[in-house]
Amino acid sequence: MKKVTKLEKSIEEQIAQYGEKLLFSEAEYNRDNAEDGGYSNYSYWRSTWRSFTKNKVAMFFMYLLIAVLLFTIIQPMLPNQKDPNEIFWVGTAPDMNHRPDSEFWFGTNSTGQDLWSRIWHGTRTSLLIGIVVGFCNAFIGILIGALWGYVRMLDRFLTEVYNVLHNIPNSIVLILISYILKPGVGTMIFAMCVMGWLPMCRFVRNQIVIIRDQEYNLASRCLGTPTFRMITKNLLPYLVSVIMLRIALAIPAAIGSEVFLTYIGLGLPVSIPSLGNLINEGRIVMMSASSRYQIIFPSIVLSAITISFYVIGNSFSDAADPKNHV
Amino acid sequence: MLKYILKRLLQSVFTLFIIATVVFLLMRLMPESGYFGEEFDKMDPEQIEASLKAMGLRDPIPVQLMRFYTSILKGDFGKSIVFRPNVDVMKIIKQKVPYSLPFGLASVAIGLVVGISIGVLMARFKHRAPDMLGNAYVVIINAVPAAVYYLFIQIYISDLLKLPILYDADKPVSWILPAVSMSLSGIAYYAMWMRRYMLDQMTKDYISFARAKGLSNKKLMVRHVVRNAFVPIAQYLPASVLMTISGSIYVESLFSIPGMGGLLIAAVQRQDNPLVQALVLIYSSIGILGLLLGDLLMALCDPRIKLGGKGGANR
Repeated sequence: MKKVTKLEKSIEEQIAQYGEKLLFSEAEYNRDNAEDGGYSNYSYWRSTWRSFTKNKVAMFFMYLLIAVLLFTIIQPMLPNQKDPNEIFWVGTAPDMNHRPDSEFWFGTNSTGQDLWSRIWHGTRTSLLIGIVVGFCNAFIGILIGALWGYVRMLDRFLTEVYNVLHNIPNSIVLILISYILKPGVGTMIFAMCVMGWLPMCRFVRNQIVIIRDQEYNLASRCLGTPTFRMITKNLLPYLVSVIMLRIALAIPAAIGSEVFLTYIGLGLPVSIPSLGNLINEGRIVMMSASSRYQIIFPSIVLSAITISFYVIGNSFSDAADPKNHV
Repeated sequence: MLKYILKRLLQSVFTLFIIATVVFLLMRLMPESGYFGEEFDKMDPEQIEASLKAMGLRDPIPVQLMRFYTSILKGDFGKSIVFRPNVDVMKIIKQKVPYSLPFGLASVAIGLVVGISIGVLMARFKHRAPDMLGNAYVVIINAVPAAVYYLFIQIYISDLLKLPILYDADKPVSWILPAVSMSLSGIAYYAMWMRRYMLDQMTKDYISFARAKGLSNKKLMVRHVVRNAFVPIAQYLPASVLMTISGSIYVESLFSIPGMGGLLIAAVQRQDNPLVQALVLIYSSIGILGLLLGDLLMALCDPRIKLGGKGGANR
């Protein structure tokens, strides 16, 4: 990525003109060339992207994830897709535990619904929960973490609040809130957000404490920059890569929590398919070997998504570290 | 040191006090049927009102709170209402803990030994086959929800190794699968951090110096790298040992072990308020105590860490 300077260009032109013999010539004084200092056109994001693409495993999961995400969007528009809640009948009995064939690509579940369309609907629900939770946690965590780290008056108070909240087991809060409120996607998102912002908050706080008193911030403060601008322009840009890592890791975590809540019977109603619901339905019939496909298919889709997010998040945070840039 | 411990203990008591208050208030949001158990449907509103009054639940909230604090200080967590009517909450918990504890301790032991060995191997053979295999394992365990791989262990590994699917107190063979399943996440955790801390240590100057001095690789690893890398891990050890009391929700319900794991869920689902309060308080105090012991253990392992001074303890 070497930039060809004007000087080099003019030398090349001269060589072309006079041949190799004339390698040195008296330089004329040129105002523009004198100003033309050396600089590297280093771009943080371009370098990050370049070191990310070098990681073959991460790229594989990236393509996989893009394929899955696109497919969940496209799937309902494809021809011959079935409704995820429609029960199929054979004569008068529901077509239960129908093994996968050309009609039902992933078979039917124990109530006679099409597993293929349930899986893709479920993926959509779970991804929605995961992505919303990831962004909510990031937003709340950054907001409170930035205040905690930057506004000294709040430090003691927020430290106490953090200590209290941090000591309450996460699963207890999840269980209590999903129990008190009505089950649904909104409840689930709320329950996961109540505690989920804590790690992000603590991380942002610690980083800000480290960089808040560095010279450039001191200078900025002396010049009378308002706090809000200090936080958004001076401090947060340092944290972008880690914030993206946290969001990427929050998605598998949210899907895991959803599976957990469904497992203990506090999940979404069966009429809203989700990956947690599907795993749970599959678990009930898993002891007979012939209907194990009902747990294998959702598990494969779920694992593909969670592993992809996890690997991409981690490789991205490695790539975003300037120490790894060439 | 002593002053530091005292200060931390006082802080912990304050934290617990707030947690108790929050949980108590949350419990008041729950439906009132939770105080009656089975008979609720048969009672008319006046009876319900009368017995609520008799239980003191119609008193103003501050009065109720005070009563709650004093009974806790006396060590009285009340009696279970629905789960096992009129049995002391503490008695129920005491019956359940012995089932969970052995599995928990076994899984911590397996996780620590196997996890640290894997971590050392991964750091030793960085970017080679053992490291890649270990990384794949860590990624899978961390990314895939525990319920999913537990289910697959129960379906396939039990078949493969001819191990019983369900727990049976009289058959020690049936204890293997739950204990191993529980230790999987611990193995991944210790392996990941051990590898990371060891690689951090290996770039330090004192290692180059020791190598230049002519120390053999084996001695270098055992005496310097592993020892220093273990210090940050030691911090989490007490918490994970103490947390074994709470059992594992998934493993205990999948292998039908009658331990603590299912107790909290059963208590919440059946709205057994005193039981939920007691469990939340116990879990929180374990967590707080674990953090404190972790800091102390870290200071024991590494004499350079000074607690109580400015900065260091400010986690």
